[in-house]
Amino acid sequence: MIRLFNVSKRFGGKLALKNISLDIEQGEFIFISGPSGAGKSTLLKILYLAENIFEGQVLIDGMNLSRISSSKLPVLRRRFGIVFQDFKLIPTRTVYENIALVLEAAGKKTSFIKKKVMQVLRSTGMEKKAKAFPLTLSGGEQQRVAVARAVVGEPSIILADEPTGSLDSTSARAILDFLIEYHKKGTTILIASHDLHLMKNTIQGKNIELNAGRIIRTDIML
Amino acid sequence: MIHFLKRAIADIRSNKFLNLITIITIALSILVISVFLLFFENAGRVIESWNQGGRAMIYLKEEFNADMLPQLKTKINSLGDIDKMVYISKAKALDTLKNSMASQTTFLKTLKENPLPDALEIKIRSYNNFQEVQTLAQNIKTIDIVDDIEYGQGWLGKFLKIFNLFKITGYAMCGFFFLMALFITANTVRLAFYSRMLEVEIMRLVGATETFIKAPFYIEGLIQGFLGGALGLGALLITYLMVSSGITQSLASYVYFDLRFLSVKMVMFIIFSSTFLGWFGCYLSLKQIFK
Repeated sequence: MIRLFNVSKRFGGKLALKNISLDIEQGEFIFISGPSGAGKSTLLKILYLAENIFEGQVLIDGMNLSRISSSKLPVLRRRFGIVFQDFKLIPTRTVYENIALVLEAAGKKTSFIKKKVMQVLRSTGMEKKAKAFPLTLSGGEQQRVAVARAVVGEPSIILADEPTGSLDSTSARAILDFLIEYHKKGTTILIASHDLHLMKNTIQGKNIELNAGRIIRTDIML
Repeated sequence: MIHFLKRAIADIRSNKFLNLITIITIALSILVISVFLLFFENAGRVIESWNQGGRAMIYLKEEFNADMLPQLKTKINSLGDIDKMVYISKAKALDTLKNSMASQTTFLKTLKENPLPDALEIKIRSYNNFQEVQTLAQNIKTIDIVDDIEYGQGWLGKFLKIFNLFKITGYAMCGFFFLMALFITANTVRLAFYSRMLEVEIMRLVGATETFIKAPFYIEGLIQGFLGGALGLGALLITYLMVSSGITQSLASYVYFDLRFLSVKMVMFIIFSSTFLGWFGCYLSLKQIFK
């Protein structure tokens, strides 16, 4: 489903990723760990083409990212639900509007959007905050909105970059439990985080450990 | 479409000041352009009335007789696009003169012979270009039996030359103000775009197409252009209603001057142009940003 062949990425002269080769199958739960600057975020950004200049090949569902046309890029990105490290919520739009944006961009009907958004708001416990603006919410609430936005389009892959980074342990646990629920439905999940301890206690899946842009270990977390 | 319209209106509301400045700039430019157009439309009508809608009087020589008329008419018709041709015999001309002078015709009775020439009054179909009228008149004058032709070649010709020069300057000014409004609109869109950079970036990352991202900006441009045009024309209409009767009255003793507001066709054209201006400014900006 996701295949990386010798993927390298440089920022100026500095190598952020070096010869990364990976095979990720549908429905896997992947935890990408490593210290800050290990290349975790860069790896995720390459997958959703926020970083589009890299060496090597990346295939997602048979689509070669090096050859993808700009018109196909939105279609590719709709396969992903992305949880950003800094939430990336639009401050001038309400919680409801932020989540609805994904479905509006996909051209869904208003009635469907309303039903679907309210559904994810209920499941994340944010139903009462639908009309609130992101900056009036706590960090944990903002992250829950970000997660709700990531799952509302029912993507086949969820990419989460430090989804628990700035949260207390209770909020972090709630976010992970929510992602675990989606994993049970067959969604592939890739989480990049430095918090190996929390992940090991919560997740069953594959851990890929990066350091200085290289894979130094791959193990299964039980 | 409704979604994009709602989005555009919401964006205008959130960027009220910037949008207001753009609308006012477009309105001022449209106002200046409309003032020129209003002047040209009215001046054109006045000139047309002075020129009697492209009328010319052909005076014929003494040796002319009524038998020559059909041949002469054919010849004149072959020289240009003549709408109407009326023969006025010297006798009829004298009668008309007597009727028009009413009680002051006593001296005309003393005339031993009719001093007026036979004449042909023609109406030229296309008379907007004075050069064309002049060329036609010169060609008519080359006909042997034609003594002279009167078509306002004196003062009207000179006036038209000045008027045309003024018209060219006016059009240049219109172009300048159009470009200025275009530049400001394009700049506003660019500023609005950069102020919403995070939003655009997020839209891209969640799979929005370029059309989805651009559409609200285009609608915003169209709304700005339309409102700017309507506001500019509104200001012109108010000014016109306030000053038109005063101008007409003060000029009434010198010339017949029927000041009218812009024709419906011209109003539609201005509204369309300003709306297009809003869209085009947006197009130029987005083309540059998305290249």
